[in-house]
Amino acid sequence: MIPLSWYLIFAAALFSIGLYGVLARKNIIAILMSIELMLTAININFIAFWRYSLPGQMAGQVFAVIVFAVSASEVAVGLALVISLFRRVKLIAADEINLLKW
Amino acid sequence: MSLGLFIFLLMVVVTIVAAVAVVTSRNLVNAAMWLMVALFGAAIAFVLLQATYIAVIQVLVYIGAIAVLIVYTIMLTRDPDEKHVPGVNKQWPIAAVLSLVLFLGLAYFYYTLPQTNVLAPTLDGDLNAISQLGALLVSPNAYVLPFELASILLLAALIGSIVVAWRK
Amino acid sequence: MAMDTLVWLLPLPPLLAFFLIILFTYPKKGLSHSISIGAALLSWLGSMVVFFNAVGKGPEGLGEHPFGSAVNWLPVGKGWFQIGVAVDPLTAVVLFFVSITILMITLYSVGYHNYGQPAGDHDRPGLPPEGATQDGHKVPSVEPLYSRFFGFISLFAFGMYTLVVSDNLLTLFVGWEIMGLCSYLLIGFWYGKLSARAAMIKAFLVTRIGDVFMLLGIAFLYSATGTLNFREIFFNEEVLHQLTTTPAGFLGLSSAGLIGILLFIGTVGKSAQFPLHVWLPDAMEGPTPVSAMIHAATMVSAGVYMVIRIFPLLSAGAEHGALTSPMVVIAIIGSFTALFAATIAVAQRDIKRVLAYSTISQLGYMVAAVGIGAYVAAAFHLITHAFFKALLFLGSGSVIHGMEHGVFHTGDHLDAQDMFNMGGLRSKMPVTFWTFLIGGLALSGFPIVTAGFWSKDEIFADAFAHGHLAVFITLALAALLTAFYTMRQISLTFLGGSRTKAADHAHETPWTMTLPLVVLSVFAISFGWLGIPEHFPLLGGIIPNWLGEFVASSLPHSLAEIDFNWIPLATSLTVALGGLTLGWLIYRDLPQGAEDPIKKWLGPVYTLLENKYYFDEFYDRVFVKPATWLAETFTYKWLDRTVIDGVLHSVARAAQVIGSFLRNKIDLPIINGFGDAVGELTAKAGEKVRFIQTGKVQQYMLIALVVAFGTLFYFLTQ
Repeated sequence: MIPLSWYLIFAAALFSIGLYGVLARKNIIAILMSIELMLTAININFIAFWRYSLPGQMAGQVFAVIVFAVSASEVAVGLALVISLFRRVKLIAADEINLLKW
Repeated sequence: MSLGLFIFLLMVVVTIVAAVAVVTSRNLVNAAMWLMVALFGAAIAFVLLQATYIAVIQVLVYIGAIAVLIVYTIMLTRDPDEKHVPGVNKQWPIAAVLSLVLFLGLAYFYYTLPQTNVLAPTLDGDLNAISQLGALLVSPNAYVLPFELASILLLAALIGSIVVAWRK
Repeated sequence: MAMDTLVWLLPLPPLLAFFLIILFTYPKKGLSHSISIGAALLSWLGSMVVFFNAVGKGPEGLGEHPFGSAVNWLPVGKGWFQIGVAVDPLTAVVLFFVSITILMITLYSVGYHNYGQPAGDHDRPGLPPEGATQDGHKVPSVEPLYSRFFGFISLFAFGMYTLVVSDNLLTLFVGWEIMGLCSYLLIGFWYGKLSARAAMIKAFLVTRIGDVFMLLGIAFLYSATGTLNFREIFFNEEVLHQLTTTPAGFLGLSSAGLIGILLFIGTVGKSAQFPLHVWLPDAMEGPTPVSAMIHAATMVSAGVYMVIRIFPLLSAGAEHGALTSPMVVIAIIGSFTALFAATIAVAQRDIKRVLAYSTISQLGYMVAAVGIGAYVAAAFHLITHAFFKALLFLGSGSVIHGMEHGVFHTGDHLDAQDMFNMGGLRSKMPVTFWTFLIGGLALSGFPIVTAGFWSKDEIFADAFAHGHLAVFITLALAALLTAFYTMRQISLTFLGGSRTKAADHAHETPWTMTLPLVVLSVFAISFGWLGIPEHFPLLGGIIPNWLGEFVASSLPHSLAEIDFNWIPLATSLTVALGGLTLGWLIYRDLPQGAEDPIKKWLGPVYTLLENKYYFDEFYDRVFVKPATWLAETFTYKWLDRTVIDGVLHSVARAAQVIGSFLRNKIDLPIINGFGDAVGELTAKAGEKVRFIQTGKVQQYMLIALVVAFGTLFYFLTQ
């Protein structure tokens, strides 16, 4: 009953919200959380396509599995960086970390 | 309206609201909590799409590991003046506009595309043969290579994060 | 060894000696002169072997088939230009006197250059030695450039031998030029003296004029006949006929005539005939052996030898006894020169100058003899003249050496060569005196016992018999003057009392100088007896006229015998004895400081004669000064410095102006400026644009996304 386009639009909305969060939030951890939202939206996209095109083959889910692995590792590294950064400059506001400016 | 549709709409509302809350909460812990809700909503979506394995993984990995990790980090990097600082930076209007434009564009695109206006094909038989997925992941004729690479990536991330966060 | 091969080897010892001396033994005086004398000795021995073999073969045999061979040298067209050697009777007798005179003069030079004496006090290379002090006395010093002299003499000998034995005009010319070079080098042997330097250049340039015309003649001959070989031209009737009948296109002469005159001009230069005689008196600047060898016996004889050699060409086309146009020219120039030079010799004070003009005069005799067709007489006089003139020059060198002894002894500063400073040397230098007397008598033509008489008489006889009375009278007058000035010279030098203290203290020279005098005087007496004409009264027929027959066989056609006539004999006796007596009477006892008696008698004519008719001044005004002007002012100053250098400087300045314009107006501002501007602009732009990098990652992402969406939007709406 639910067309594919609804799922896709839903995923697009989630993605856009995540994008807004990445671009607009000050706190780095908040940015990371927004990235997680974006990745989840992507996963939803993939699985929706799998379900509506070739549900018989499990091969369509493999990419979602890989995406899980990637996002997990990326969050781990990112958080490690945040901790390391916090130890040095005692703040984690993205727009105040501008040592690489002109 | 059928049950499926109702649950779908409910799931959509909850997830979107939670997502908006994530990106707008000034309090980080609140944002983390809302993130968990959003991710759970995504898990519901997976269930609705009959990708049960993925839904479970979503809950376990994202909510169970990643969101928790985020909470740890929030705890470790507390800024006492946090409450007086705005949560967004100076370019938030442009970002909002941009996101809106992106969403509208994508929505329009999906809406008008004929291939996406299809209904789900009916299934019969055993849908979630996890063994089949497992076999695919380790079969040399299938996706063993990405699987192994992903594991190497995890190894690298593991080592990397230890190295980065090492306290001298 | 076969004669043919030996003839090739004759010029080689002196050439080898030259290289050895110049390259290796230059510092060692004794070794150098030994090498030189040894080489001259070897060549003399070789020449004697060739000569006696030639004589043995007899006139007819040798005339028909001379010794010698030829080799291919230059490829021309389809064939080869050959060069080679040939000894016919003329060459044989010339070899005889050339080899002995070269040997004698080389030996003489050892003593002349004071070998064995100490090095001088103030001697410098390039200046004549001025004496060294030994035990308080001044003694003669050894010549500083001793080895160089012997090297050059050997090179000269090589040139002369080459000329004599060659069988074609080209190698003859090669030898001719080598001798010209050595003459230049040896006249200017004492190059430190300005007068010597001027004389060497004068000699070279004046003979060069003759050489240019001679080369033209050779070229013309080659282009007309295709060969330069003597036998192929002079013994070939067809060739000679063709040459005499083709017109040369110049003054109406035939080819043979023009070639003959052109070649003769070479002789005019080389043998110092009028008008190219001016170099020979100045050539006396060289050491006396040089004067003897080159300017008396050999080099100047080469000119006469050449003109005798080409006699068949000169006489071609004429009836027997008549003269062709080149022969007329030759006879006129020869006889004129003979008289002309004799008149100048009468008024000279320097002992060598007298002999120089005497040489010119006697060469005129030989040239005139060729001009009137007296082939044998010319060759005869050539040979006898070489002997007695070499003898006279060597004798004068001996006298000068003796006088210098006296000059060192007394310390006076006087010219050791001026005859008016001499006198009474007969008792002081007896060997020199007697040999000089023999030479002088031979020169004057003293009857019977001197060779000069026989050769001169034959010329007179020939001139008279063929009716060339103008030539006969001119030569007779010249003979009178010759005898006169010769006796003048002998009397002033040797007879009477010594006019200066230096002359009083003169003494005889060493054996290396007097031995050659004696040897040459033997020949000066006896050689004439080989040519006594058959019909001579009393003496004719006792000794056959060997020389006449022998030399005459060098010609393709035999010459007619001349009948004996009393008139030429009487004339020659009168002029010879008369002149000698006159000279003896006037000069035998001239007191010290006295003027030359003939100065009064001749008056202004004497000045004219003493100054050689002002020919040198004339040539200087007419030729030398304009040439110098052309070289220094016109070519150097005007053309070279002003015009050519001016053009170059202008081009350089123009290039500089253009260059500086390009540099300062275009290169620096525009090109450098452009380069600098690019850099500066980039820097300035960078300074303005760098503010984009805020260091805020989110800003970067935002801008990236804006641009990406914009582009996407643009493409999607296309």
